[in-house]
Amino acid sequence: MSAVIENHHDDHHHGPAKGITRWLYTTNHKDIGTLYLWFSFAMFLIGGAMAMVIRAELFSPGMQIVEPEFYNQMITLHGLIMIFGGVMPAFVGLANWLVPMMIGAPDMALPRMNNLSFWILPFAFFILLSSLFMEGGAPNFGWTFYAPLSTTYAPPSVTFFIFSVHIMGASSIMGSINVVVTIMNMRAPGVGLMKMPLFVWSWLITAYLLIAVMPVLAGAVTMMLMDIHFGTSFFNAAGGGDPVLFQHIFWFFGHPEVYIMILPAFGIVSHIIETFSRKPLFGYASMVWAMLSIAILSFVVWAHHMFTVGMPLAAEIFFMWATMLIAVPTGVKVFNWVATMFRGSITFETPMLFACAFVVLFTIGGLSGLMLAIVPADFQYHDTYFVVAHFHYVLVPGAIFSIMAAVYYWIPKWSGNMYDERLGKLHFWLSFIGVNVTFFPQHFIGLAGMPRRYPDYALQFADWNMVSSVGAFLFGFSQLLFLFIVVKTVIGGKKATDQVWEGAKGLEWTVASPAPYHTFSTPPKVD
Amino acid sequence: MSGGNYYVPDQSRFPIFMAFSLFLLVMGASSTINNLDDPTNNSVYILYTGFGCLFLTMFFWFRQVIKEHLAGLDSNQLKQSYVFGMAWFIFSEVMFFAAFFGALFYVRTFAVPWLAGEGAKGGAIEAIELWQGFESTWPVMSTPDQGNEFVLADKSMAWPGWDHALEWLPLWNTIVLLSSSVTVHIAHLGLKNGNRRKFNIFLGITVTLALIFVGLQAAEYYEAYAHYGLTLNSGIYGSTFFMLTGFHGFHVMMGGFMLAVMLARSVFAGHFEDHDHFGFEAASWYWHFVDVVWVMLFLFVYIL
Repeated sequence: MSAVIENHHDDHHHGPAKGITRWLYTTNHKDIGTLYLWFSFAMFLIGGAMAMVIRAELFSPGMQIVEPEFYNQMITLHGLIMIFGGVMPAFVGLANWLVPMMIGAPDMALPRMNNLSFWILPFAFFILLSSLFMEGGAPNFGWTFYAPLSTTYAPPSVTFFIFSVHIMGASSIMGSINVVVTIMNMRAPGVGLMKMPLFVWSWLITAYLLIAVMPVLAGAVTMMLMDIHFGTSFFNAAGGGDPVLFQHIFWFFGHPEVYIMILPAFGIVSHIIETFSRKPLFGYASMVWAMLSIAILSFVVWAHHMFTVGMPLAAEIFFMWATMLIAVPTGVKVFNWVATMFRGSITFETPMLFACAFVVLFTIGGLSGLMLAIVPADFQYHDTYFVVAHFHYVLVPGAIFSIMAAVYYWIPKWSGNMYDERLGKLHFWLSFIGVNVTFFPQHFIGLAGMPRRYPDYALQFADWNMVSSVGAFLFGFSQLLFLFIVVKTVIGGKKATDQVWEGAKGLEWTVASPAPYHTFSTPPKVD
Repeated sequence: MSGGNYYVPDQSRFPIFMAFSLFLLVMGASSTINNLDDPTNNSVYILYTGFGCLFLTMFFWFRQVIKEHLAGLDSNQLKQSYVFGMAWFIFSEVMFFAAFFGALFYVRTFAVPWLAGEGAKGGAIEAIELWQGFESTWPVMSTPDQGNEFVLADKSMAWPGWDHALEWLPLWNTIVLLSSSVTVHIAHLGLKNGNRRKFNIFLGITVTLALIFVGLQAAEYYEAYAHYGLTLNSGIYGSTFFMLTGFHGFHVMMGGFMLAVMLARSVFAGHFEDHDHFGFEAASWYWHFVDVVWVMLFLFVYIL
């Protein structure tokens, strides 16, 4: 132990440790970022395999390949794994890699806690996935785990689910505290708040949301645990509680969670559009204020997920208008991205293709969100495939496209090698076509009345479901190409320059490619 | 923001050990809870092992951090990171309690009146003659199913009126906890003025008050279970009462433990300087936080 203290003077100059312990014991933000990114990729493939099972079952009407009970486990785990294992850790990984470099910090503020935040996740998901092999099967109540499905009628594995959510929450809270403290305390002299890169701003706001709502989720699952095993009646009307209370608590967490999964995407896309348009970002300050407004509004819109559950009329109207208000700052952002591109000298490298697709397809998802916000219309849309289409449009070509864009954009900085541009473009087009073929038809079958979360459906939905499944297989298998491209880039390829992209600005582009193990041990000077 | 020498620790085994301890802890907890009616089930030992490993890892981790601090590795900037980190951690704890207070307010304002037939939603419940005879009161001593699935309590923990105020434990608990916030502040002032004796004495008093609080709370729970029939099974009043006061009591134990560790560090190791004592300050912030939560509890769980 004292060895650490004696050796501290040369800590900052040597490279990574050898062997597996480099990854197990690391305190380096770049190593931890890499761990997060690979972990999320693994989860993305596992969750994606579950999506393939779902779409194979829905390929044609009737019961095809899985039992309804197993189908329910698949939709539940697909949602939980993609959200908590795929998108969120990917963004944390990007924050780890980029935030310290973007603000000129030597590392994250609390490097050991940073490693703890990561290593909780493999254990948490091991527990969650092991529930597939338990008596009664894995959780089968949907990722929103509404009571009483998740309490009175839950399989025994729900207890394991509850505790795995607890430790995932602990991981998120610690990770977010680290990000907030890093941004507040570790900026190089001259990096004022309103000079921070937008990705840093987006993560500051995201981390604040996470610290605010992950404990609420912990409270919700704790009440479930007590209701199931210790005789309380939070969600049981017979004892004076209310199952609807669960939905209120869950969505008080759940709605900010939705923005947690999109705000970092806003940051990423802003950087990429700016770089490849070779113009300064249009409306930096309005971008910051828009994100802040979205974050604050996210706390007062949760009940728009529950319009059909039976709420007083005044509440329905309040939540409808509050929800629609979010379209204003979101519109500001879309306007600014388009205005940034306006009269720019644009080139369409793979990151830019993903970013442009993000702007268009995320806007489609946002507009269907506005349709869902209208209370009387929502009575028709609620729990149909229209909702599935909506949130997959904001999450897949929204959040996930932004993550892929970020990987293509920064991987030359991470690995020192350029990715294969031809393969990257191929991956983009396959994904772009796949995503739209998968999810656009779901708008139609949803509006026609097909309910979500059923393994079978009426015959009139057969054609579009088959189209959707074909698109899903295309999208799913294209991601193996993504894996191939990433591995190929890490192994070798054309050497990247320090700036990598002609129009790239920011501190991370001033260091060598690949970025040295320790960057900015002494803060850079920024004017 | 300052220049240079931010201490970035070298590789460390603590994080992954702690993650593994948490894994054992929650695996043990899950299988123990799932097998509560099976006396032959041994998973509670996994729970104990996990807890033990967690405790040991935290002990050695904090020990390491203190060593590094004493070796002068912490720049002012790093100390500032601890200050921000603790503040945000307390904010997350506030939000955890917010979930339970939110549940309390929701059932008191909406769920219980609706179940008793008030308002438009209650009218619908009334119309199908569900939960007949259930009255909306708070504290609600019956349940909508009239104790069919639950065991009704005879008496609540609410304010008993001035005649019985002195036998009412929550009042004493309030006095104890509010005084402890004052004593911990006096201890802090003593430390800042370089008065080590005053610091130790008043911190000792604070820890004692924490123990008294926990003792009184245990007595109150005993009274509830043994004499009032008020348990976790008593419907929504028992649920909210025990979960809110229970989590608060658990936080008092953690906060009291932190303060006890600070006391031990001061008495046995002579740690803390008049200008440099964030370990103690963090624990005292936490203590003020549990105090504020208690004031909220006293108002909304006991009095109103």
